[in-house]
Amino acid sequence: MAKITLKDLSHSYLEKQNNDSDWALRDVNIDWKDGGAYALLGPSGCGKTTLLNIISGLLKPTKGSVLFNDKDMTSLNPVERDIAQIFQFPVIYDTMSVYDNLAFPLKNRGLSDSEVASKVKEIAKMLELTSTLNNRASGLTADGKQKISLGRGLVRSDVNVIMFDEPLTVIDPHLKWVLRSKLKELHQKINRTMIYVTHDQTEALTFADQVVVMHEGQIVQTGTPVELFEKPKHTFVGHFIGSPGMNILPCEIKNGEINFSGQKIQSHKAIKKTNFSKTQIGIRPEFINFSKDGIPVKIKRVSNTGRHKIVDTECNGGNIKILSNASTEIPSGSAHITFNQKYTYVYGDNWIIE
Amino acid sequence: MSLELKNVEKKVGIDTHIYTTSLKLEKNTINVLLGSTLAGKTTLMQIMAGLDKPTSGEIWFNGENVTGMKVQKRNCSMVYQQFINYPNYTVYENIASPLEITGVKEDEIKQRVGKVAELLKLSAMLNKKPDELSGGQQQRTALARALVKDSDLILLDEPLANLDFKLREELREELPKLFENRDCIVVYATTEPSDALMIGGNTATLLEGKVIQYGKTLEVYNKPENLISAKVFSDPPMNIADIIKSGDNCKFKDNNLQWKSSVKIKDGTYKIGIRPHNITAYKEGNNSVEINGKVQISELSGSESLIHFTNGNLNWVSLSNGTQQKNVGEDTKLYMNTDEFLYFDQNNRLINNG
Repeated sequence: MAKITLKDLSHSYLEKQNNDSDWALRDVNIDWKDGGAYALLGPSGCGKTTLLNIISGLLKPTKGSVLFNDKDMTSLNPVERDIAQIFQFPVIYDTMSVYDNLAFPLKNRGLSDSEVASKVKEIAKMLELTSTLNNRASGLTADGKQKISLGRGLVRSDVNVIMFDEPLTVIDPHLKWVLRSKLKELHQKINRTMIYVTHDQTEALTFADQVVVMHEGQIVQTGTPVELFEKPKHTFVGHFIGSPGMNILPCEIKNGEINFSGQKIQSHKAIKKTNFSKTQIGIRPEFINFSKDGIPVKIKRVSNTGRHKIVDTECNGGNIKILSNASTEIPSGSAHITFNQKYTYVYGDNWIIE
Repeated sequence: MSLELKNVEKKVGIDTHIYTTSLKLEKNTINVLLGSTLAGKTTLMQIMAGLDKPTSGEIWFNGENVTGMKVQKRNCSMVYQQFINYPNYTVYENIASPLEITGVKEDEIKQRVGKVAELLKLSAMLNKKPDELSGGQQQRTALARALVKDSDLILLDEPLANLDFKLREELREELPKLFENRDCIVVYATTEPSDALMIGGNTATLLEGKVIQYGKTLEVYNKPENLISAKVFSDPPMNIADIIKSGDNCKFKDNNLQWKSSVKIKDGTYKIGIRPHNITAYKEGNNSVEINGKVQISELSGSESLIHFTNGNLNWVSLSNGTQQKNVGEDTKLYMNTDEFLYFDQNNRLINNG
């Protein structure tokens, strides 16, 4: 197992790069500890597959280096990097039995029959495949097959890292959480470095201790699920994590005072630096309350989702969404709202100001 | 304006696709058909549109029997899950196409396309071809084409299913607004209870070719007539357990958890349904009871946490606000809000329909 370091990585699929958008990946720096569970999260086109291919050695980065345990791997090919990869669709040998599928990577490494048998049994037990070991793989359901793919990735103890590329896409929704819990449990048991790539926030936040959020080729935040929700470092994280996402509203800063919609707003910290081309307030719908005074708003629409009410309001500064309990009485017409200061952040050119 | 299905039945060979159904949809309403795949949503819509004929029964529109009348003679539009656009036409031409066919004057086409494009945020893309657009923009183009022609009946068959999570969130919020000031009947098919709740209007729950319940969306959600309707309209799945009532006390059949109930029912055995959000990591309501459990997994969606746990022989799902992280296998304590329990009799019909 290995500690993984990505140093000043940038990648472009073009020969010449004139501006930021010509880069698929920009200035990526990551330190992943040995034995950690990590996720790369972002919408399609954010650069996460490019990054995965650079780590596995399928792609050589335009700039920067990839280190495993401080050893430079940048110019090594995928085989030399010793990694296991699990893809979106099951990759198995249909004509082999479940046992032989799981044993295959071990036999290739020249392990003795008794070692192979004990490892296969161990992993089969963890994945609840023991009773099907002698069956042919071709007769299994999609999730059964994907379990074998997972098993094959997990069975070797000598790999540097196990990488999962959207591994649950083909799995039925009601089975997804079963496999998700299996993976999480396996990570706790075998303690290997695992990297999980997905566009699904639930999968990323559930699996990983640390989530790396990517947007337009850049890492916009690395943090625990709680940190990403409570304190987004970039407006994209605020928008992408949480449902509905964070309210991002234009504001003005003068002499350290935040002005929004003609009102003075208190943020979680005093603001000093102000030379930005754009400044915005970020506040999640969960952290806004109706109050006697505060920002005057017009109530535009209330959607009752059974357990919440999502209230659309409008004020001079823009549209604001508020999330209330389903039992809360929502005033009609006009109302006043206040932001919970602890969770009110100011963003300069989309990055949090602290 | 109204659309009425009178004793409509659809058989294909010996299979019944739609069991005898009567349903009346009023003007200016959005009606959600909610059910899993193969529930009969698409068949019902095709019958409503005139794309398919019922085996028996009649369809009435505006007091006129339109059974067997071809789709071309009916003023209706349909949008499918797969975005369907003309690849060689620009976005403008795509949206304008139904008006061109019916011979609307050029100035009027321009004005109507402009208006609907603005509504769907497509104004900047009118000169592009569909393949230059993102999935969300392509589906908005298909929606715009359905909206531009002032149909009496607009049928949307899982229009958001192929879109990214965030895009879906945005569009299902915009959709009801689009129809607010239009003189038409909208039917929207989906497999997702959250879609129905966000869209509001009326909902029909469907299972295996039968309409189980039809009414105002929130009423169907809060007061499901029976256990089937409750199950269809619950995601994550509803927790269901057998209970024994004696005097003021209720207890689960499979464990010793007890609570007082004011529900006026005779002593005996019943079933209860507990929605996941009524089992939480914190107390809610004045009459909550504690339940101990072993955590199978906790899943985070960003702003909410699902905790799957076992208690005795039963598997439970709970949904809490905020990020509640629990380890697999951990013993935990949760709270059930007994005020929100739904009681069903032995025939699975709701009892506490007060």
